[in-house]
Amino acid sequence: MINLFLRRLMYAVPIAFGVSVVCFSLVYLAPGDPLQTILPSDASADTIAMVKAAYGFDKPLPIQFLKWLGRVMVGDFGQSIATRRPVVLEVTGALYNTSVLALFAVPIAFSTGFSMGAIAGCFPGKWIDRVLTGSAVLGVSLPNYWFGIVLVIFFAVEAMVLPATGMGANGSDQFNFLRWSDARYLVLPVITLSMVPIGIIARTTRAAVAEVMNQDFVITLRAKGLSETAVIRHVLKNALPQVLAVMGLQFGYLMGGSILVETVFTWPGSGFLLSKAIINRDVPVLQGTILMLALIFVATNLLVDLMQSWIDPRIRRT
Amino acid sequence: MPLSQVSTFLTAAFLAAGVAASAQAASVLTVGMTAGDIPVTTGNPDQGFEGFRFVGYNLYDALALWDLSSFDKPSDIKPGLATSWEIDPNNKRRWIFHLRQGVKFHDGCAFTADDVVWNMARVTDSKAPQYFTQQMALSRAYTTNFESIEKIDDYTVAINTKVVESIFPYSMSYILMISRCKAEALKYDWNAYANDPSGTGPYRFSRMVPHERLELLPNKDYWDPKRVPKQDKLVLLPMPEAATRAAALMTGQVNFIEAPSPDTIPRLKAAGMQIITNTYPHNWPFILNFVKGPMTDVRVRRAANYALNRAEFVELLNGLAIESYATMPPTSPWYGHPVRYEYNVEKAKALLKEAGCLPCKLTLAISTSGSGQMQPLPMNELLKSQLEAAGFQIDFKVMDWNSLIEIARSGVPKYPDIDGYNGSRALLDPMSALIKPVWKFHWSPAGANWGHFEDPEAEDLVAKILNEFDAGKRTQLLIKLNELHADRALMIFVVHDVNPRALSPKLKGFVQAQNWFQDLTPIEVMP
Repeated sequence: MINLFLRRLMYAVPIAFGVSVVCFSLVYLAPGDPLQTILPSDASADTIAMVKAAYGFDKPLPIQFLKWLGRVMVGDFGQSIATRRPVVLEVTGALYNTSVLALFAVPIAFSTGFSMGAIAGCFPGKWIDRVLTGSAVLGVSLPNYWFGIVLVIFFAVEAMVLPATGMGANGSDQFNFLRWSDARYLVLPVITLSMVPIGIIARTTRAAVAEVMNQDFVITLRAKGLSETAVIRHVLKNALPQVLAVMGLQFGYLMGGSILVETVFTWPGSGFLLSKAIINRDVPVLQGTILMLALIFVATNLLVDLMQSWIDPRIRRT
Repeated sequence: MPLSQVSTFLTAAFLAAGVAASAQAASVLTVGMTAGDIPVTTGNPDQGFEGFRFVGYNLYDALALWDLSSFDKPSDIKPGLATSWEIDPNNKRRWIFHLRQGVKFHDGCAFTADDVVWNMARVTDSKAPQYFTQQMALSRAYTTNFESIEKIDDYTVAINTKVVESIFPYSMSYILMISRCKAEALKYDWNAYANDPSGTGPYRFSRMVPHERLELLPNKDYWDPKRVPKQDKLVLLPMPEAATRAAALMTGQVNFIEAPSPDTIPRLKAAGMQIITNTYPHNWPFILNFVKGPMTDVRVRRAANYALNRAEFVELLNGLAIESYATMPPTSPWYGHPVRYEYNVEKAKALLKEAGCLPCKLTLAISTSGSGQMQPLPMNELLKSQLEAAGFQIDFKVMDWNSLIEIARSGVPKYPDIDGYNGSRALLDPMSALIKPVWKFHWSPAGANWGHFEDPEAEDLVAKILNEFDAGKRTQLLIKLNELHADRALMIFVVHDVNPRALSPKLKGFVQAQNWFQDLTPIEVMP
């Protein structure tokens, strides 16, 4: 198991480097100016050149990349052009706020999606399968920002029982999800954010369970006289590695925050930070956020690999 | 517990929380801004003029300020931290500013000539210890003609300009004065300053949660007693999404929102909200290419202007616009009697035929959103259909706001194949509004004459304006320049925005000035 862990960790290093190259290059491939936020729209060429030099954007791209990478290796992601705050503080603060959403969205999405998929998979073709699979398709298909706005209209504007926007009445620094007056701000974004993972996990689980149900060993289990509950337990365990891989991806998605959902609810998380950095071309924040999120994806995949190996010994031997 | 009791308990809990929230907001003015982030607090703000409107002019003052007291009259500059200014009779490049006495920064330090000298060095002198690159960049558009400053006495300074510019005091309305005492106490740690700023403005800093909220408190000792804020607290929240702002207003989370989208106005009105609009110096035109392509021919430019049925644009925007036939809106003192390109498709077709451009292919750059861009996609769909009905053939290059700004800054030398771009314009001061778009000195990328327009009459008018120190005579020259813009069909003129805002019925006293900036101090929040 330790060898497997080390091997997987070694694979993660070039992936992380590749990600850093891609995320650095991508922001320069897009048209636009990284100094847009601090320069007026009619800034002259002379002013732009002066400010670019002051911020180091006049250097050749490879030099800028090496300097950036050198700083990143020692944990310095630079400063936001717009706010001048260290990127590390910007990103970790936003990730914390998103993780508060994920703390509720992950168990809701995973347990609901898995339960829906498992039930549907155990009764393929039956009415309950059709209802649950249909609901899952709906969850995946509904644009979540639209769904979020609809929830706001119903529960905030019309019924006036939940707030429409923000992270607490006084901002995220005073937010305490153990206090109902703050926790109520979580309800609508968490429900909105959970819809897509519920749909995806339900459909994956349904397909995996239905596939395992058709395998010969299930007939053998039944022939041995095992109760249906015991059979389903075996089926779920065999379907789990496939579901885990999708759950890992969805965990990364939830930790990355949804740009659209966080914008609709003005939730100060990583998705909202990313959208602002994209709009403003705040290159240091953009690069730092993408890299951190990519590393979370890499770490999550590593964890999922290890969990899959733990559940299914056959994977360990491959 | 029976289900009905659970439901009653939950409803009571929700309502109690709602009531508590409303009570807490009783004397707090909470603004939902369109900005995506909190504007910087270290002096000149980012986030365009919205940054000035909500943060810059609330925390700080400039030597000249904008008169925002009238709904009916056009807004112009007035004395701010300077009580008066005049040109040196012996030197047309030397401006004398007489400073206001008895003004104190929020930290208690007195405002004197030394502070003005120190602040100008902060944004222009790279060798000064207080020089701050970000502030240099945010101020640069207004310091290009600044050469040097000298202290005459504790309450008088002289500013020398590089070239003669009769309208230079307008530039000084955009340079905000921050506290030297505070900056020195913080050893020029600008990040620390951002969290503890000190100015002379009508509000003082209270608290900031980065990216989320900025809370300001009234400066009870403000030097202009008429502008001491009438609220207990001002809270500024960035809310870039229009639907979110409208929902936040309806739920009472905010009581003042910027730019509600036209389709939400009826719903907001039905909920009792106040919808306030007013003309202001803004236009939504296409800036044109005078170097290459069909727009080099004035007949084609005029044809494009005749092809537009502007009333349909106003209807599309639920009445939240004014038809535009010139650079300045009709309420501007620089409007005059410009030629009116009334909707006339036949005339447009005849002009295109005469110019030998039928069908007349145009490549136009537009953005999907952006500061002051109104509703760019539906508006441009309408524009395309109207222009094509008159014989044009439109190819839109659709891009995000930042990409459009890149085109706007680079100008025709880099984008010779773009015949025009849709960029909304702020028309506050004569230089930005009327001079830069026609002055050869401002040819892109060195300046804001994007399409390299050149006209001897325009050059002559600009020279006269910059050398005319009599305000009345200068206004007449500016009128002529606005009329010249229209005559040459300098742009495709479409509409002027009317700057809609939605306010809770509990707010009283707001006067929406004909300006990009607004005064929040007279607003009272009723219980």
